[in-house]
Amino acid sequence: MGFLKRFFRSRAAVQQLPAGSVAVDRNGHVLTYTVSSAYPKELLRDIGQEVLSLFREARAAQMPLAEVSIHFASLHITARELRGGAIIFLFPQAAFSPITTRPRL
Amino acid sequence: MEMRHKILVLDDDADWLNLCNEMFAHLPSEPEIRTVVSGARALALLETEPFRLLVCDLKMPRMDGLQVLSIVRRRFPELRTVVLSGLEDEEFRSRAYALGVDLFWLKTDMQVNSQMFLDCIESLLGRDMEGGFRGIQSKSLMDIIQMECLSRSSTVLRITRGPLVAKLWIQNGELIDAETEGARGEAAFLRILAWKSGTFENLPAESGRERTITRPVNALLLESAQSIDETADSVEPGSIEQTAHRKTIWKLALLTREGAEFVIVVPPEGQGEIETMGTQPSEPLAKWARRAVETAKRLGERIEAGPLSHIAGHNLERQMLVLNRGNECFLVGWPPNVAAGPLLEKSKKLVSSWDS
Repeated sequence: MGFLKRFFRSRAAVQQLPAGSVAVDRNGHVLTYTVSSAYPKELLRDIGQEVLSLFREARAAQMPLAEVSIHFASLHITARELRGGAIIFLFPQAAFSPITTRPRL
Repeated sequence: MEMRHKILVLDDDADWLNLCNEMFAHLPSEPEIRTVVSGARALALLETEPFRLLVCDLKMPRMDGLQVLSIVRRRFPELRTVVLSGLEDEEFRSRAYALGVDLFWLKTDMQVNSQMFLDCIESLLGRDMEGGFRGIQSKSLMDIIQMECLSRSSTVLRITRGPLVAKLWIQNGELIDAETEGARGEAAFLRILAWKSGTFENLPAESGRERTITRPVNALLLESAQSIDETADSVEPGSIEQTAHRKTIWKLALLTREGAEFVIVVPPEGQGEIETMGTQPSEPLAKWARRAVETAKRLGERIEAGPLSHIAGHNLERQMLVLNRGNECFLVGWPPNVAAGPLLEKSKKLVSSWDS
């Protein structure tokens, strides 16, 4: 049994946070990205779609936004609206990472 | 008979579990140690048995340590958590602390400094047992409460003022309940704060106490201070309408002083009315803020990015910031010319003094 375990043991892994940028079109399709290829594509797509929904709902509330930032404890997401699509920047936050200034249009 | 604390150790490496078992067995408090090799098994055990401490690895198959900690944080908020990992990466350290763990320790460090690690574990096990009578204090009640909250302690504060007796329950630095003379919750707390003198003593914490106070203690202290001032200044006792009018004026003054355009307080859907101060139409924006917080929280859980801090957005006309506070969220609008750097601090300041 011990011999078989060596071959069939599931691989241990911790989900990394994404770092880089993603461009999505107005339908939420990922056009291009600089995030590590090891990062799951479906999560990148989820990020794109949720960000687009924020822009869409802001437009519906008569407050179209040019840029949205979501700040989590470990990750900052900054997205700029691009003709219905968006370019999204993902910045993982380390314990001693310097304070980032928000990019402006 | 003294109750032994239970420690649950979660790691996919059986050899490491044996090592932990041997090591924790020598702790002075002689805790009961249970070991599990998977996150799912750990969660199942936590559901069925009361544990004091969870020692968790990060890198595990199927469900990793961060996923386990994220669930534990929501379902067992009183459980102390320690991460014992071989991953020497600052990112994981900060993510673990963002999830509210009490201690992050590297396995490699433990091998060279095991005694310090064991001291930390012992301290975490015994933190709530320290309580007891710590002496009569001669400070103001506000000072005592603030000290207890800042030190993140768990205690029951018993206050005596002549024949009057009151109790305040503080759990991990948060005021959760108050009781005096037939009143309970915030009403009791505000009544106690009006006492000018008295004696105080600390009793052991009561972890099973039901929570009746949800607002932050600082907001309640500010509200109490303001209400005492108003009572002292008022020439004639004000009616409810006068108090409401005064509050509105005060909030508008606060808004103007800080330079914000509007503040919208958004309760959870179907729970209370939206409160708006400023010139913006509130309904659609409140709806957006509520949806934005829901969307961000959902996304944060999916990508394991830790708790949501805030959401910011801007266009050419204004900047907006959504702050999540308890059940409700605050949407603060700012003109475009306000510098983006201090915007978060300014918004937090505005929100924290809003209810006071």
